Amino acid sequence: MDFSSLIGCVSSASCMVTQSLSGLTIGMLLFLVASGLSLIFGVLKITNFAHGSFYMLGAYFALTVYQVTNNYFLAVCGAALGVGLFGVLFERFLIRRIYGSNVLMQLLLSYAVILILDDIVMLVWGSEFQSMGMPDLFRVPPIRFAGAYIPVFYLFLIVAAFAIAGGLWFLIEKTRFGKVVRAAAHNGEMAAALGINTSLLYSFTLGLGGVLAGLAGGLAAPVRSLVPGMGMSILIESFIVTVIGGMGSIVGAFVSAIVIGLTRSFGGIVMPEFTDGLMFLVMVIVLIVKPTGLFSKGRD
Amino acid sequence: MGKTGKRSIHRRAFVKGIGGVAMVAAVAGFPAIVRARNTGPIRIGVSAIMSGRVAQMGSSSTNGAIMRVDAFNTSGGLNGRMIELIIRDSKGRPDEAARINRDFINRDDCDMILSLEASTGAFAVQEVVRELGTLCMHCLSETSSLTADPKLRTPNAFRSGRQGAHDAISAGSYAASIAKEKSLKKWMTVGPNYAYGHDTTEQFLNYLNHFSPDIELGSQLWPKIFQPDYTDVINKILQEKPDAVFTCLWGGDLSSFIEQGNLYGLFDQAQYFCIALADYTTMAAVKHLPSGIHSGNRYVSTFPGSAPNAAWEAEYVRQFNSRPTNWSWEAALGMQFLIEGIRKTGSSDGNEIAGVLPGMIVNSPFGVDGTITMRAEDQTIVEYGTGWGVTQSTEPFMPNVTPTDWKLIYELEAAWKKEQGYI
Repeated sequence: MDFSSLIGCVSSASCMVTQSLSGLTIGMLLFLVASGLSLIFGVLKITNFAHGSFYMLGAYFALTVYQVTNNYFLAVCGAALGVGLFGVLFERFLIRRIYGSNVLMQLLLSYAVILILDDIVMLVWGSEFQSMGMPDLFRVPPIRFAGAYIPVFYLFLIVAAFAIAGGLWFLIEKTRFGKVVRAAAHNGEMAAALGINTSLLYSFTLGLGGVLAGLAGGLAAPVRSLVPGMGMSILIESFIVTVIGGMGSIVGAFVSAIVIGLTRSFGGIVMPEFTDGLMFLVMVIVLIVKPTGLFSKGRD
Repeated sequence: MGKTGKRSIHRRAFVKGIGGVAMVAAVAGFPAIVRARNTGPIRIGVSAIMSGRVAQMGSSSTNGAIMRVDAFNTSGGLNGRMIELIIRDSKGRPDEAARINRDFINRDDCDMILSLEASTGAFAVQEVVRELGTLCMHCLSETSSLTADPKLRTPNAFRSGRQGAHDAISAGSYAASIAKEKSLKKWMTVGPNYAYGHDTTEQFLNYLNHFSPDIELGSQLWPKIFQPDYTDVINKILQEKPDAVFTCLWGGDLSSFIEQGNLYGLFDQAQYFCIALADYTTMAAVKHLPSGIHSGNRYVSTFPGSAPNAAWEAEYVRQFNSRPTNWSWEAALGMQFLIEGIRKTGSSDGNEIAGVLPGMIVNSPFGVDGTITMRAEDQTIVEYGTGWGVTQSTEPFMPNVTPTDWKLIYELEAAWKKEQGYI
């Protein structure tokens, strides 16, 4: 453990800026995936273990749109729409059949989808890893601030993710649709009895979860290698975020994603070989203190 | 409930029965073990990683083998007997690799094995072929001990891939020469956090120190394999400001590291030595490859800079619509040795072929002087093209490679083997 490096970093403006920015970048991408996961669980009471594959599909959709249009913003939009549509189909044809089933059935179905999607990606895009490359707009030297290097693309990622988080908060908390979602999350049967078309709502929720995962995949595509199976690592981290924040809580996912991002960033200075362990350690501490997660409304 | 009376088997009757089964099996049941077939296709079992994150290893290496087999079959085969490849996916699991290879021998009646496994799988296959005596060509495992360690070696198993020990000597001598030329004192290393990463880095540092004892080693960073984000590694490098960085990251991990490092202008701030960059599927995949990165050759058509090498790459691209990898040439070469053995003996008998492979020299576009030798003493290849060069951002990405002198490799390899107690 290298605490002297951490103290050195905390007392250095450049290191603080660099590490905080890194933490935010990691955290914001995690939030986009985890928020969809949390939303789906909150409304459908389904744990979508295939959510990491949604992120993978988003990255590949973005790659294809970018190759065709050479426009990164269209690529991100294409990824969001494509995975959103896939989410709707996923709900209509697969998830719908296991509502009320135990978690093992959810796991079985999701794992089958993970394997099938990995193979489909391999068939369509090939087994070789692929790279989108940095769009020309962001191919500029990093900004120097307080002695730190700040990549322009990472600034864009953070701003975009904050904007998406704000939009999602507004949608859930301030619109009629949000009220319906919250009602269905609280008691789906009662919401249906009151005339809410829960069937449509469930499809839309999985679609929205897909849009968020697609956005994350599309936004990350320029700096991450695209390879079949790439969704697995982000899925595990997203579960940690969701569990810490509280299953079903978007605000919880936001806060815990930032906590995990900063844990990775600053924890990497103290224990570079134990950063994954640190994430789990944070999760264990939270679960001991508040077993249902930091922002869960359920009883502990 | 029906009657379920026990039937006792007399011990002598049991032994007789087992003996009879063994005799029948020896004559007819397991023909691959006791006798070679002289008719029908020559069956070669190929176990490879065809799925998961390193599926490229399986697909590009099987392509290399298929090219050779197609050429053999088109030319008429062995008196009309064609080679039939039976390709199965080991999924990168050593237990699965062992099971598949047992099936190749016991059930599929394969005459020989082409192992396209990474090191962990290759060691599992080695134990299977040692036990069953079937001829095996390991093509992709770069772990030197597989053939260097006499305890692991077996007379029926050979290697047609490059070796970690050779690469380390090549890397250390090249890096030391650049370190002297550019006064690179302070070094850092970045390696994937598993056996390959640690071994390769340690061997590199060993030879770098051997040739340039005055270097200072800073932090050694070990990101986990398939890590999507390298920001923490990049930040550490930016903070430490080394003169040079050695990395054995490879494939998609190396691509991510370079793409993310580009955002920070990382590659303008130190000299980078990437042992596994010079492979087209990596260099071409990195959309903005920085100029001036030093790399060991994996596969580039500019080295060896011969017409046969360029023609081989062109033919590969024509057939498979993708660029060959380091694994492609290693598998193509392994298949070539097996085919030469078949031709030389006029047989598909593994024992006979194993007898002619030691010391065999084949013409090869990948040989530093146009030939590659299967060294008799440890059943592994030597004189293949190995060296280092500097990247440029456009095709052909690495126009010039400085070859490593094989005399130097032989000398230091012998010292290493003595150190390990292998000789």
